[in-house]
Amino acid sequence: MTRYILGRIAQAFLVLWGAYTVAYLILYLLPSDSLTILLTASGVEIDTLSKTDLAKARHYYGLEHGALDQYLRLLWGALHGDFGVSLTKGVSVSSLLAQRFPHTLALAASAVTLSILEGLGFAYLVAALRWVRIRQALQRLPALASSVPVFWSGLLAIQIFAFGLGWLPSSGNEGFAALVLPAWTLSLPSAAIYAQVLLRKFSDVWKEPYITTARAKGLSRAQTQWRHALRNAALPMLTLVGLQVGNTVSGAVLVETVFGRVGLGRLAQEAVLRQDVPVVLAVVAVSAAVFVLVNLLVDLLYPMLDPRIARAQRVG
Amino acid sequence: MEPKPLSAPIWNSSLHPPARPTSAANAGVDDVEIRSVLLARWAGAARSLRRPGFVLAACFIVFVLLAAAVPEWLRRYDPYATSVSEKLLAPSFRHWFGTDQLGRDLYARVICGSTLSVEAALAAVGIALVGGVSLGVLSGFVGGKVDALIMRGVDVLLALPALLLSLAIITAIGFGTMPVAIAVGMGILPGFARTTRAEVLRVKTLPYVEAARLGGASAGRTLLTHVLPNSWGPVAVLATLDFGVAIVAAAGLSFLGFGAAPPAAEWGTLIASGRNFQMTAPWLSLLPGLFVVATVFGLNHIARTMEELWR
Amino acid sequence: MALTAALRASSSDAIVEVRDLAVDYHSHSSAAPVRAVRGISLSIARGESVAIVGESGSGKSTLAHSLIGLLADNARVASGSISIDGQDVTHASEARWGQVRGRSVALVPQDPMVGLNPTMRIGPQIAEAIARLGETPARSHDAQVLALLDQVGLDQPARRARQYPHELSGGMRQRVLIAIALAGRPQLIIADEPTSALDVTLQRKILDHLERLVKDQGISLLIVTHDLGVAADRADRMLVMQSGQIVEQGPPAQILGAPCHDYTQALLAAAPALAVAGGLSVATRDAPPAKEILRFEAVSKDFALPTSTAWFGRGPRERLSALESVSFSARVGQTVAIVGESGSGKTTALRIALGLEKPSSGRVLFEERDLTRLDGHEFRPLRRRIQLVQQNPYAALDPRYSVFDSVVEPLRSFGLLKGKALESAAKRLIDQVRLPRAVLNRLPRELSGGQRQRVAIARALALGPELLFLDEPVSALDVSVQAQLLELLDVLQRELGVSYVFVSHDLSVVAAIAHWVVVLRQGRVVEQGPAAQVFGNSGSDYTRELLQAVPGHRRPRL
Repeated sequence: MTRYILGRIAQAFLVLWGAYTVAYLILYLLPSDSLTILLTASGVEIDTLSKTDLAKARHYYGLEHGALDQYLRLLWGALHGDFGVSLTKGVSVSSLLAQRFPHTLALAASAVTLSILEGLGFAYLVAALRWVRIRQALQRLPALASSVPVFWSGLLAIQIFAFGLGWLPSSGNEGFAALVLPAWTLSLPSAAIYAQVLLRKFSDVWKEPYITTARAKGLSRAQTQWRHALRNAALPMLTLVGLQVGNTVSGAVLVETVFGRVGLGRLAQEAVLRQDVPVVLAVVAVSAAVFVLVNLLVDLLYPMLDPRIARAQRVG
Repeated sequence: MEPKPLSAPIWNSSLHPPARPTSAANAGVDDVEIRSVLLARWAGAARSLRRPGFVLAACFIVFVLLAAAVPEWLRRYDPYATSVSEKLLAPSFRHWFGTDQLGRDLYARVICGSTLSVEAALAAVGIALVGGVSLGVLSGFVGGKVDALIMRGVDVLLALPALLLSLAIITAIGFGTMPVAIAVGMGILPGFARTTRAEVLRVKTLPYVEAARLGGASAGRTLLTHVLPNSWGPVAVLATLDFGVAIVAAAGLSFLGFGAAPPAAEWGTLIASGRNFQMTAPWLSLLPGLFVVATVFGLNHIARTMEELWR
Repeated sequence: MALTAALRASSSDAIVEVRDLAVDYHSHSSAAPVRAVRGISLSIARGESVAIVGESGSGKSTLAHSLIGLLADNARVASGSISIDGQDVTHASEARWGQVRGRSVALVPQDPMVGLNPTMRIGPQIAEAIARLGETPARSHDAQVLALLDQVGLDQPARRARQYPHELSGGMRQRVLIAIALAGRPQLIIADEPTSALDVTLQRKILDHLERLVKDQGISLLIVTHDLGVAADRADRMLVMQSGQIVEQGPPAQILGAPCHDYTQALLAAAPALAVAGGLSVATRDAPPAKEILRFEAVSKDFALPTSTAWFGRGPRERLSALESVSFSARVGQTVAIVGESGSGKTTALRIALGLEKPSSGRVLFEERDLTRLDGHEFRPLRRRIQLVQQNPYAALDPRYSVFDSVVEPLRSFGLLKGKALESAAKRLIDQVRLPRAVLNRLPRELSGGQRQRVAIARALALGPELLFLDEPVSALDVSVQAQLLELLDVLQRELGVSYVFVSHDLSVVAAIAHWVVVLRQGRVVEQGPAAQVFGNSGSDYTRELLQAVPGHRRPRL
């Protein structure tokens, strides 16, 4: 058991390291001249610099020793929580992250919880419906929901609930009311995917022979669905939740922009607009870390919940 | 040892006749032309595609593609023509989507914007398809260490949330339609690699593939004639679905300001610029978005129909 | 006890009374509904054991499911009536059926491997059935569960009740399903194909046990099966179904000894084990001395079991011994049958001979060449002389290839023929397997299982091999189709002089075709010899047990 846990943790670190490296490669090695980008982000025109100034700049940004050296230094720093200094704001990147992270965390966590409840609840209720026509019509709904871009649904929600009905604020960072619309908007794409997958799974599970056994015992459809179908259909969703964390983080960028919220997402957007490379690298690294952590937890949790994996098969 | 030719087939009469009773009469007498199966294979599919939902979705998508290719045919007004007297008009019979703050017809701008948006999405799917399918086929068919290596690489790419990966690429290579296409393409590539690999693995172990190998077919021949043709179904479905995903992702990136510079219109930039007038003229941001939703939903429906056919 | 049964008897002595029942399946399209059951009338008395025999498509499963109200969503009772325990349930509501299921009628489903909820422990699954009755307080349910597990013959009931289904073997799971059926104290148990997923010796034990239990408790038993032998052994009365109708019914002795209907006669003829009175003495073949074409010499194969990645994964890797020093030979123009139950290693032996696996030790000689030493490239020329017919006809043909393309593929792979010559070769091959030439243009999905298997045989013969391996080629097919295919193989062997290595678990199939029989058990050769000797005068206890277990022997014939 310990071997398995250690193995998964080691794998997680490897993937995280790989993700960081890929992000580094994209941001520092892909551009033809990273020095120009870095200088422009800091507000300096490269043409105005003399040769000695250029050399000093190169030294300042750590570009003089070559890519590998710079990479190792950045990696070392990142492992210690030091992501360098923001080119546009001049403050340490870590402080920026620390400031914004809690807001994004609140948003993302509520969105994930909501999406699970919405997806599971919708699929369960629809699967339990007896009228075929209505069920077929409702089954199309998640597909529609997943066709909707998250920033558009945010604008629509603002239009209806903020400007139209006036129930909730259209922007803001403080308080529960300001969290409702953004969290719900962010939850929709994932909820749609969960609903689609679960509808399919409920339908598959319902055809399994053990459902016939359960009904032959005299259990009603509702009882069978609750006691036998639910666990078998929903269990695989755990892995899906882990994978959807990535989409939630991505969506947070757009939702924070639409609702004018403070957070890592808005930070990333501003950083890209101004090509503030260290900030972008840091945000990407942190997001990857969150993704890897959540999936690690899922991988460790799953065997505990699925008896087929937890216990080695024994034939008596 | 060549099989000996028969003079007359022998029919077994002591049990049921074979499932097709006319066969006894044809024994030794019939001779058939060997025909190509292509028609037979697609005949069933063509019949199933006559569903109303599918036809509707397909027509709309064709419309969108036409709009992207030849926008001039489908709009009345010039998308760049400003008109001070007609600014911020609500949708009406004259201006189907209303006008924006400079008096430009919004519908015309949406049609015009489809060119760049569709281009970006097509390029993204193209990149993902070529890269992802090659990796997936290599990984699934060859197996072993190559498979492990490629899949680790895919895991790493998947650990970077799609939009953030795109943001990193955009930071590095700049703004515009093509950078957006590349950025989005890299985000959906891992999905193609995984799906292709899963299908190749599934088909590889089927009895008829084994029979082909035992019949003397080389690995290459088996791959080309059995494995690939039977694996492409789910990949085609994914490509259609991801076309929609790419449209949304590209729109998101241009909404954030990283797409083509104004006055060029992409759907995302239209929605973003409409935001400033949301209180007074909500149609400016909502209607282009609705168009996107309709396009993506149509693509989803086509993909689902294809998937049902394939099953 | 018989006393309980007598006490339960009401004015009507029948537990099930079906009159003129017709069941239709409706499809999504507006096509006409398909009638699966046409005007069936039958009754089952209390304590009686009845068997319904039919092949696939006969409507027997539909009939059985209609008796417990578990028809598919698109199936409807079109006309007629069903009454259970004196109550009409033909158009009963779901709530009404909820009262009937489990209490009056119980079901033992077909495949024990998937009949239990994999994420729920055994105990609660049985307790659910007890709780439904509502007759006893919840406290006593645990004790009742243990009593039931003991009753169905599971060892260590307390331990089993806490386990999950995947921790039990197939036989044990089947017993649990029987326990669930018994828990509701039903008056009728419907056993749906109760043994098709299990080995023959296990089948026998479980059916014996079930028979004893229902006789003790006076429960009626309805067995739905495709196996005439099982029906004959276990039922007081047999009904033969074809295309939705009952074509014949009566006690087994009468049905087997003096069948009236053509279809019954055909079924009997197709199951050679039953066709001869008194046991499995079929006209087996002699094994005249002939040149040896293939020889297995002390072949052994070990597998390393994958280390479990779950909680308890310590220690050295376990090794599974699939084959242990197996030796036998095949002769030109004759058939060697390798017989064994699941886990005997017969499929492994086949795969080693074909070069798909390497043995841990030993050799396989084909004309004095060791096949196990060849790599893929060196093996290729031999593919023209050694071929395989696989088990599953539904996956043996590429669904996108026409029959023509499938059959000539080996010829194309070796580049032997082209154009018109290729076409005439295909026609010859199709004629040889007794299929009409029109089949060449069809896709596999348009063919039945038996036809697909013939195409697979034609493909295997395309290169004119001398040695043909057959891996359970008929086990996925109906009994009558099996017989046709075996006859075809026999004819081909005589015409072409091909040698067969025939792997099967079914002794009655083997008896019809083998010259030489090798009996495998858990990787070891238990017995081998000429077919007449192994079947008639076996020296091994295990072989005799296998022969005894073949259903169809218990009732004396007329």
